[in-house]
Amino acid sequence: MAVGLSHYLTVSAILFTLGIFGIFLNRKNLIVILMSIELMLLAVNINFVAFSSFLGDLVGQIFTMIVLTVAAAEAAIGLAIVVVFYRARRSIAVEDINELKG
Amino acid sequence: METAAVFLPLVGAMIAGFFGRQIGDRASQIVTCLGVGSAAVLSIPLFFDVAVGGNERVITIMNWINSGTFETAWALRFDTLSAVMVMTVTCVSSLIHVYSIGYMSHDDSKPRFMAYLSLFTFAMLMLVTSDNLVQLFFGWEGVGVVSYLLIGFWFKKPTANAAAIKAFVVNRVGDFGFLLGIFGIYMVFDAVTFDTVFNAVDAHKDDTVTFFGIEGHALTLICLLLFVGAMGKSAQLLLHTWLPDAMEGPTPVSALIHAATMVTAGVFLVARMSPLFEYAPSALEVVTIVGASTAFFAATIGCVQTDIKRVIAYSTCSQLGYMFFACGVGAYPAAIFHLMTHAWFKALLFLGSGSVIHAMSDEQDMRKMGGIWKHIKVTYAMMWIGTLALVAVPPFAGYYSKDMILEAAYGAHTSVGQYAFIMGIGAALLTAFYSGRLLFMTFHGEPRADKETMDHVHESPLVMTLPLAGLAIGAIFAGMLGYDLFIGDGRVEFWRDALAVVGEDPIEAAHHVPTWVVWSPMVVTVLGLGLSFHMYMRRPEIPGRLAAQFPGVYQFLLNKWYFDELYDFLFVRPAFWIGNFLWKRGDEGTIDRFGPDGVSASIIAGARRLGAVQSGYLYHYAFAMIIGIALFVSWIVVGG
Amino acid sequence: MIAATLAFYLFAALAVVGAINVIFQRNPVHSVLWLIFTFFNAAGLFVLLGAEFVAMILVIVYVGAVAVLFLFVVMMLDINIAVIRQGFLKYMWAGLLVGGILLAELITVFAAWKMSDSAEMLRAAPAPDPNAMSNTEAIGQILYTDYVYLFQASGIILLVAMIGSIVLTHRTRTGVRKQVISEQNARRPIDTLEVVKVESGKGLQ
Repeated sequence: MAVGLSHYLTVSAILFTLGIFGIFLNRKNLIVILMSIELMLLAVNINFVAFSSFLGDLVGQIFTMIVLTVAAAEAAIGLAIVVVFYRARRSIAVEDINELKG
Repeated sequence: METAAVFLPLVGAMIAGFFGRQIGDRASQIVTCLGVGSAAVLSIPLFFDVAVGGNERVITIMNWINSGTFETAWALRFDTLSAVMVMTVTCVSSLIHVYSIGYMSHDDSKPRFMAYLSLFTFAMLMLVTSDNLVQLFFGWEGVGVVSYLLIGFWFKKPTANAAAIKAFVVNRVGDFGFLLGIFGIYMVFDAVTFDTVFNAVDAHKDDTVTFFGIEGHALTLICLLLFVGAMGKSAQLLLHTWLPDAMEGPTPVSALIHAATMVTAGVFLVARMSPLFEYAPSALEVVTIVGASTAFFAATIGCVQTDIKRVIAYSTCSQLGYMFFACGVGAYPAAIFHLMTHAWFKALLFLGSGSVIHAMSDEQDMRKMGGIWKHIKVTYAMMWIGTLALVAVPPFAGYYSKDMILEAAYGAHTSVGQYAFIMGIGAALLTAFYSGRLLFMTFHGEPRADKETMDHVHESPLVMTLPLAGLAIGAIFAGMLGYDLFIGDGRVEFWRDALAVVGEDPIEAAHHVPTWVVWSPMVVTVLGLGLSFHMYMRRPEIPGRLAAQFPGVYQFLLNKWYFDELYDFLFVRPAFWIGNFLWKRGDEGTIDRFGPDGVSASIIAGARRLGAVQSGYLYHYAFAMIIGIALFVSWIVVGG
Repeated sequence: MIAATLAFYLFAALAVVGAINVIFQRNPVHSVLWLIFTFFNAAGLFVLLGAEFVAMILVIVYVGAVAVLFLFVVMMLDINIAVIRQGFLKYMWAGLLVGGILLAELITVFAAWKMSDSAEMLRAAPAPDPNAMSNTEAIGQILYTDYVYLFQASGIILLVAMIGSIVLTHRTRTGVRKQVISEQNARRPIDTLEVVKVESGKGLQ
């Protein structure tokens, strides 16, 4: 069967869902959550590029690069927060992060 | 003049009621006494003009309700019946006002008391001068409300409050019947004004009404309902429970309301509606039976009571029974005549007992009295006059009216009439007995009070004894003077249309009864007095021995034939239970629970649950976001 | 075109395998390495789609910068090899449920996707013929002209991120002696020098 748009979209969906699983099933530490977010962003990127390719519209790729940029920025800040948190609490186990009360 | 006679007491009440604190006690007393007193003064020429002179009139003050065929106006009707009542009410009330100045001299709320007395007088006057049933009901309710206020005058006493509520509630039961009667009259006659109704009675005398599929004679039903109202107001057999407890009020209240005026409103109602009653013979039979039974029943209880005021209260109840069975056999003039004489001597007895209580430093238990006749000779004499009038010794007032009633009962020659006659004679015997008992226990024998009370025994001041004298004059002469007009040969011109007579005139028949009937009341009176003299003066240990020998009978009578206990079981407890149920389960459990309380509680619970979302755990927040994503996608997929 | 199909399935399968391993590895360093593996495979997918510029950018930026950053942080923090915590399983079922629902929905949508007829005309930036112009050149033609605002905005985002992370992780160390040039330059002789008359043989008291 020729590889069509829906194949790429399916791959993207699976990667996205795996990213979500990663957040839910994460029993270890905060860094895995950040990595799962990167996975989700990657899935979105695949989505964009696939559409861009099959539609013949370059906007998708432009936007992919913007998403890339934002992902990098967010990873940086997220990791900075993890570092600071670690300094304060000496642990990054997800269960120990419980002071975000309103 | 007529309007003034009715409204002057109201003016007095308003001034004393609203401005009593400003104008002071003395001024309140003066203004109310003046109000009622001038009304009394005005009522006398009014009586001669309207009743004796024959100038009946209706004075319309203003229009009230005008709705389709339902028309009522504020109007004062002056015919013989209302003129007689106005005179009786205002004269007795003014004497009681003056008496109250002395009796309540140690009280803190004199203006309030005087205002209430005048307000009551006004309401009663509205009742008796009304031209239509709605205005009569206004007066009816008015006297009910003010009697509540007066019985509960010393509102800091819980027993007084309870008694006031009891009086009001029992009256309410009667009022319900009365209202249904008024509705019935409107339904049948399409009007509530007396003239209209009375003129149309003949046309509707055979009407029937269908109620829940049962067909009944309309007039009988209406009259029975009206009589239920009368039963409540006049404390007849089943609705009598409030009268003895009403003695919680000050003595002038008992004299005014429970001797002369409010309780007579029931008799007045039956007399006023006599054109209707005359066409409902079954209703009249019921009236006779209830009245006669009450007369006897109340007299039996009066024989064993120990509170001086309660004895007189039961005596009132009994005498009202007389008046009712007189109406029942058709002798309305005799009933009204007895009403008038009774007002004088019963008020005299009450005020006299008030004087005794005052002398004995507020002691009301007869078992703690005795041996005081030498110290309070005036009161003693007044009490004797009142008693002789009550037991119908000639030439005192009661003799004329009461004997006429008994003769009329016999002369009716009906079975209910005979029943009434026997009950009446029995009640007369007991009346003489307990009246003598009251006098001998209170005034004679060895003093049973403690030394300090006995030292304090003193005659009442002039402001109290003068009204007593005034009432005594009425008690002595009212019978003699009124006999001819009320029930003698002059009665037809006197009453004219005010009281209806259909068929044989019962009073005429009463004049032709056998001699033994005429003498029997006298005989039983002497018997009763003699018996009480023997039991309480010569051999005072007999009553105690009798009570010990017949404890069941004694307890039965002492506990008022256990009516209060019966009603408590039948009505009061279920009513409380229903009320409690509806309150706890209905009001609180359902309406409040699903209404305000429920809303607020669910808001609090919901907010608490929502608050749990802010757990502080990072992964909770992450989950929330992801679940949001999933929902969002689902929405787009499904909603599309 | 069998090679393309095969390549697609290869890259796709390996990407999914890599993603699964990111989640389920116990050693966080291993997780990061598997993430890098996934990125590489995704870049392969991009090349298959004809977006080679984006693919290379993915490798350079994502793998070369972001993943390396992850590695730095993972190794810097003293993270224990995972110990399975009690009581965490209850979220697994909820997670599986939500994830499963999401996956099913997405696949349903994607499988039934149809291109609209007017899609051709709605293209914002029509791609030129790849034989005429390379992907890089095509992107370059529109990036700095039509989409210059987006470009600048993403630059500012990066600036903010940079400043933010520095601010967050910056700590002042105590006991560190640093030069303050302005103070040094502003020093006057009178603050430091003191001329003392010393008698011979006595020394400085």
